[in-house]
Amino acid sequence: MDGDQVLQVRGLTMDFGGLRALAEVDLDVGRNEIVALIGPNGAGKTTFFNCITSVHDPDRGDMIIQPPGKAPQRINGLKPNAVTELGIARTFQNIRLFKDMTVLENVMVGRHCRTRAGIAGAIFSTKQARAEERACMDFAFSMLAKVGLGNRADEKASELPYGAQRRLEIARALATEPFLLLLDEPAAGMNPSETDEMDRLVSRIREEGVSILLIEHDMKLVMSISDRIYVLDYGNLIASGTPQEVAGNSRVIKAYLGESFDA
Amino acid sequence: MPIKHENAPSIGKTASCDGYSLPASRRNLRDRLPKTGFNTLKSLGIALWFMFLTFPIMVIKVSPLEKTIEWRWSRLVYVGAGAFSLSMLWRFLIYRMEAGTSFKKPLQERLSLFFQRKKSRKATALAAAFIFAALFPFIFSTYQTSIMISALMYVMLGLGLNIVVGLAGLLDLGYVAFYAAGAYCYALLNHHFGVGFWTALPLAGAIAAVMGIFLGFPVLRLRGDYLAIVTLGFGEIIRLVLENWNEFSFGPSGIAGIDRPWDFGLGFTLRGHTIYLFYIVCLLVLLTMVVVSRLRNSRIGRAWIALREDEIACEAMGIDKTRTKLTAFALGATWAGFGGCLLAAKTTFINPASFTFMESAIILSIVVLGGMGSISGVILGAFILILMPEYLRAFSEYRMLAFGAAMVIIMVFRPQGLISATRKRYEFPEEKREGEKP
Ligand SMILES: Nc1ncnc2c1ncn2[C@@H]1O[C@H](COP(=O)(O)OP(=O)(O)OP(=O)(O)O)[C@@H](O)[C@H]1O
Ligand SMILES: [Mg+2]
Repeated sequence: MDGDQVLQVRGLTMDFGGLRALAEVDLDVGRNEIVALIGPNGAGKTTFFNCITSVHDPDRGDMIIQPPGKAPQRINGLKPNAVTELGIARTFQNIRLFKDMTVLENVMVGRHCRTRAGIAGAIFSTKQARAEERACMDFAFSMLAKVGLGNRADEKASELPYGAQRRLEIARALATEPFLLLLDEPAAGMNPSETDEMDRLVSRIREEGVSILLIEHDMKLVMSISDRIYVLDYGNLIASGTPQEVAGNSRVIKAYLGESFDA
Repeated sequence: MPIKHENAPSIGKTASCDGYSLPASRRNLRDRLPKTGFNTLKSLGIALWFMFLTFPIMVIKVSPLEKTIEWRWSRLVYVGAGAFSLSMLWRFLIYRMEAGTSFKKPLQERLSLFFQRKKSRKATALAAAFIFAALFPFIFSTYQTSIMISALMYVMLGLGLNIVVGLAGLLDLGYVAFYAAGAYCYALLNHHFGVGFWTALPLAGAIAAVMGIFLGFPVLRLRGDYLAIVTLGFGEIIRLVLENWNEFSFGPSGIAGIDRPWDFGLGFTLRGHTIYLFYIVCLLVLLTMVVVSRLRNSRIGRAWIALREDEIACEAMGIDKTRTKLTAFALGATWAGFGGCLLAAKTTFINPASFTFMESAIILSIVVLGGMGSISGVILGAFILILMPEYLRAFSEYRMLAFGAAMVIIMVFRPQGLISATRKRYEFPEEKREGEKP
């Protein structure tokens, strides 16, 4: 693994019973790169995310990460929280916020792995614990401000409109201070102006030094922000390259439009 | 692309709302309800059904001695009329709830606003409660004080279970096992080694906590119903062990003559002891409230709630699921341990019969009725569920009936409990609150 990569996946294979959701998938994400993972419904994109974040244990393959300033490390078989602690954060396709908590608290939960206060600290409300809590709150608040939810901190997460919930998921993921952010359809269900805003938000996050791997169906968004694109179809990687290369690839067009539309 | 709406109504209009199926939440209920409100025909049908069901017991009276059958037709009318009006009332209440004219929630909101508007009001209310508690044993009789001690003990137990069930969302039906552990810890230490109450109290908490972790390990992978069943079994196992292991626990006859808390050599009378214990319990309840409210708004507390809300997202936020579950079990159990120790000191006699599943059920009911995750809710729930039966002893046969009915009604009309949990609001300078307008 050379120094410019943050994620290197080789031969990743995942079976669900008789269904091969991922077949020998290779994928790299470079430092400070925005990489898109696209493909038709059921292609295995979310499964790929789930393997990296240890929600699923892949059947074969290697997933290696390289946190900035650290040695490369294989993350197969780690616990999900350990993967997050190493610096990979994600959002979910079907939004998974903590519905009964406030918007701010949702983000504060993201600070969990970067804070240390324990039971005793909380019970005795030690100076150290209070300082940490204060810092946690400020950090969480700055994340909210970053995604434009600064003035909705006290609302219940479930009361936010759909687009805001997606942005809150990103704020929550950013609170874990990742070096690699996995976004699962961040613009799903958004109108064009919200999608544009998402485009700018993702670019801003990249500028702050976070590499991004994103799943997205909105081709306009994908083409405009990604540096490279990988295309999955029935678990197989059928193409990869720059947006221009992928857009002109006949296998990709076939996968999206079906065999009868021979390009 | 498919967007998965988790709350999409899965059952259409066909599902009825007659109370046969209890909805999980108000939102579900709304989706299931026919929008027309309440119709008389359905109530009529229910009345007929009840008349049919109760026909054999209410109407026919066979007297085997005289070999006669008595037909009490008038009763049929009563059953019909009763069922009809109850059903109408039920529909009316649900209709009102649907129309958004529920009266309880505004009350809670009004109250919390009342206290928020002026800080001094809260202080006054707290001071009043404090003075009332301080004077309570001198105003009321020993009997009343002793009932109050029970109620306060259940407040403590409820707040402890609230950590496990209300905050961490782990349905624990074996809570009584830790209660028993605390009680036997003090009883046995006192019996064999003459250990005093104050020494035994922290020990009881610690032993219960260790047991909490001990139970936590095997059930880490379980959730919901499965967790409930295993913990239920655990509670029963502990009780059966206590009942049958004579050498250790003295079996069903239990342990008698446990010392009351040391009276500083003052030679308290029974009344003196009761008053003393009352203050001890008050102190412990206060301590529990402080600890639980601090935990609830801490890093650990947020992890518990996150775990309850969504396990996968919780882990993806870097929270160690194992650790979080075990701390919830251990901390919840600690308070059961304290409670058990208090029970032993209060009654001076314990046996396994005090630790049946019924106890777990009552404590759980306190949490559910009062409001999961809400401290004031649990306090209110404990007072209602423990004091009411005491003062309504005349109706003691109908206790369980009333209990069940109350739970059903609460679950339908106020699934979040009497007092719903509210989350802390954080203070920020206004200028930092930029961003889109809501
Ligand atoms: N936990 C699971 N158990 C069994 N099969 C699964 C599981 N998760 C996903 N699958 C299957 O694996 C395949 C890939 O699913 P996946 O969710 O990864 O698709 P996707 O590319 O994310 O699609 P979409 O664009 O609809 O989100 C699908 O056929 C799906 O049914
Ligand atoms: Mg998907």
